[in-house]
Amino acid sequence: MSTAATAHDDHHHHAPTGLKRWLFSTNHKDIGTLYLWFSFAMFMVGGLLAMVIRTELLEPGMQFVDPEFFNQLTTLHGLAMVFGAVMPGFVGLANWMIPLMIGAPDMALPRMNNWSFWILPFAFLILLSSMFMSAFGAGHPSAPNFGWTFYAPLSTEYGPASTDLFILSVHMMGISSIMGAINVIVTVFNLRAPGMTLMKMPLFVWTWLITAFLLIAVMPVLAGAVTMMLTDRHFGTSFFSAAGGGDPVLFQHVFWFFGHPEVYIMILPAFGIVSAIIPTFARKQLFGYASMVYATASIALLSFVVWAHHMFTVGMPLAGTLFFMYMTMLISVPTGVKVFNWVATMWRGSLTFELPMKWAIAFVILFTCGGLSGLMLAITPVDFQYHDTYFVVAHFHYVLVSGAVFTMFAAAYYWLPKWSGVMPNKLLGELHFWSSLISVNLLFFPMHFVGLAGMPRRYADYALQFADYNFWISIGGFWFGLSQLLFLAVCVLCALKKGEKAPAKPWEGAEGLEWEVPSPAPFHTFETPPVVK
Amino acid sequence: MATEKYYVPESSPWPLAASVGLFMTAVGGAHFIQQSTAPDKFQGSWGMPLFFFGLATLWLVIAIWWRDTIKESVGGLHSKQLGISYRQGMLWFIFSEVMFFGAFFGALFYTRWLIVPWLGGAGNNAMTHELLWPSFQAMWPLVKTPDGTVTQAMGAWGLPAINTAILLTSSVTLTIAHHALLQGKRGKLIGFQAVTVVLGAIFLCLQAWEYHHAYEEMGLTLHAGIYGSLFFMLTGFHGVHVTIGTIFLFVTLLRVIKGHFDAENNFAWEAGAWYWHFVDVVWLFLFVVVYWL
Ligand code: HEM
Ligand SMILES: [Cu+2]
Repeated sequence: MSTAATAHDDHHHHAPTGLKRWLFSTNHKDIGTLYLWFSFAMFMVGGLLAMVIRTELLEPGMQFVDPEFFNQLTTLHGLAMVFGAVMPGFVGLANWMIPLMIGAPDMALPRMNNWSFWILPFAFLILLSSMFMSAFGAGHPSAPNFGWTFYAPLSTEYGPASTDLFILSVHMMGISSIMGAINVIVTVFNLRAPGMTLMKMPLFVWTWLITAFLLIAVMPVLAGAVTMMLTDRHFGTSFFSAAGGGDPVLFQHVFWFFGHPEVYIMILPAFGIVSAIIPTFARKQLFGYASMVYATASIALLSFVVWAHHMFTVGMPLAGTLFFMYMTMLISVPTGVKVFNWVATMWRGSLTFELPMKWAIAFVILFTCGGLSGLMLAITPVDFQYHDTYFVVAHFHYVLVSGAVFTMFAAAYYWLPKWSGVMPNKLLGELHFWSSLISVNLLFFPMHFVGLAGMPRRYADYALQFADYNFWISIGGFWFGLSQLLFLAVCVLCALKKGEKAPAKPWEGAEGLEWEVPSPAPFHTFETPPVVK
Repeated sequence: MATEKYYVPESSPWPLAASVGLFMTAVGGAHFIQQSTAPDKFQGSWGMPLFFFGLATLWLVIAIWWRDTIKESVGGLHSKQLGISYRQGMLWFIFSEVMFFGAFFGALFYTRWLIVPWLGGAGNNAMTHELLWPSFQAMWPLVKTPDGTVTQAMGAWGLPAINTAILLTSSVTLTIAHHALLQGKRGKLIGFQAVTVVLGAIFLCLQAWEYHHAYEEMGLTLHAGIYGSLFFMLTGFHGVHVTIGTIFLFVTLLRVIKGHFDAENNFAWEAGAWYWHFVDVVWLFLFVVVYWL
């Protein structure tokens, strides 16, 4: 910390204890743990909101919530899941695993690391509390109600008072993400152990490196978007108002310039995790390591030139529409390379199906489903029909829930032995997996059908003909939501060290530096860097 | 690579404290803005004090935090490798700033090349033009908005040109100071860095004067339609960055006087210099696309 600590710093290796350990931490493992629990908490909050949504949609007609509140639910659900559950979850994994994987003593900038984390709870306090607060004397209290994409003018001219709090909380999340990303990049570039060349790095490190680049590139653009919103709302500017010479569509361009790379921010680390797990349980080297690296990089670069596929129906010029259509389709080439490589890795491997592998295989299949519906959406004339229907909702939940979230489960089952020192409970884990796998498909697959049949997203009610499917979707929703309590139980058991003791390397086929330290990983690891051959 | 030990600091209360400061700044800021721009809708006036209190907390905590870091650096705890971490971190931070400005530059080009012509009926927008504002005429700078607000465009060759010269000169003086730092010529370093700080301050005064002129005499305000919006957003955020840069250089000047830097150990100094050059380059773009063309 300061001079007091300086003198004996070198011999100072005990772990701090109590509350101070967590609040003032500069340890990548503790900060990683904080991120992971925070992410899980937001996953529960967002899940709860989704269950209220599904309760309302269980039957046609208006039963439980009024439409105004329904809009707040969808908005906060999306924001909590994207910015609260998925992004911090991957940052937590990065914190825990990157230093272990590259043989670094910690993250490069440990105090900034802790700052990145502690901004988040406050940002979400601001965001979520607006659901409860009266809007400080300004009419009917309302949380943000314009969808997680907060299109102008819904969020500018018509946004509730809490919109301003929302804007400031997005700024905070942005600051947090940018600092976190800088930390990752610097750690990877500067703290690798001797011999750990770039092309020897585990793919999780590679994918996170590229993710961090995307974060630094697009979070500031999001900050620009909300700043323009703020000045349009309060300082008389006309960015998103045609009467003053601006354009509401400008908002969509700025937002999606952030938004599309953002979806890759949420999936690239997932690719890295799967690329670590599949070789372990196939007992084979990853097929096509170098092509995986290049595919990841090209996905990231292409992600900057596809954003308007979210805007096919706003009336862009034909040339623009075609450009974005072809670019989007081009992205499926590197994505296909990845899926091919995972399958080729399993091909003729000595496969076993431990829990992490189960999740990883489920990911490969279900993510591919989501990629295929994405391809359908990328075809402009077809998207005219599908846009803003439940088909889009089905698409992005396949890639995000059975994609990103499933890999986080895979990662947890894979690395929990390293984190906690005990094996995750097998029975609960199996139940969690099968229960989630069946329910997630019950929940999201029928959304394709109602979407194709024209059911619009973000409405509290629907036409009678969609009733049967929606009933089953809701059942799937409750089932999936409740299944996650099993995961909570698994994590709590591990945190309490209840379970079979884990060896340093619990998976026989696993490779990598993280398995060379004991389980649980000691408070400090690799203080003198290992040498990688 | 590394043979000496990488310095991992002991636990520190400042990150959490800074988060609390940021929290108060954000909550206070949102209410400050609401209460001061729409007092009829938002009663109360507690937003402003909370905002400034939060901001003061934030900066105080960061100052203490950096003081710790400086002590570590002066105390010799920082290895060369840590210096590289700081440097790389700063460069990526500047990259994030580039992207932040990029959002507004993007908005400028989109407005200028697409929105305004479309509102005037270009492309397949004849009906848009006919139905919405048939008397609207596309032009840039947009001095008459579709709803009829009239303003004037800010010319390039008065104050803005002088300001360009000032910033360019400041970049030169800073580079001379940099060379002096590397050669260990303290007198020259202090002199030229002081000149740079003064030039930054002059720039800011002139910009304040320009804003005053725009508001009082030209009708060019934030309310004057998209041209005013873009003008003030771009030059305003640039001005904020010049302010930060000037303070940054002023602080490193004090540290130079205290003898903190030498040819090897000079991260903070160089970070400030990089930041200054970045702000300078942004201005050149601004000058060309906002004022001139
Ligand atoms: C093969 C790759 C993919 C393609 C071709 C693709 C294509 C598309 C298209 C065209 C849309 C817009 C649909 C519309 O609004 O009408 C869309 C929406 C979306 N996609 Fe994808 N996508 C792909 C992969 C992904 C991945 C990997 C993720 C995230 C992990 C993702 C997340 C989303 C989200 C969140 C939306 C909806 C945003 C909203 O309107 O709320 N997509 N996708
Ligand atoms: Cu997209």
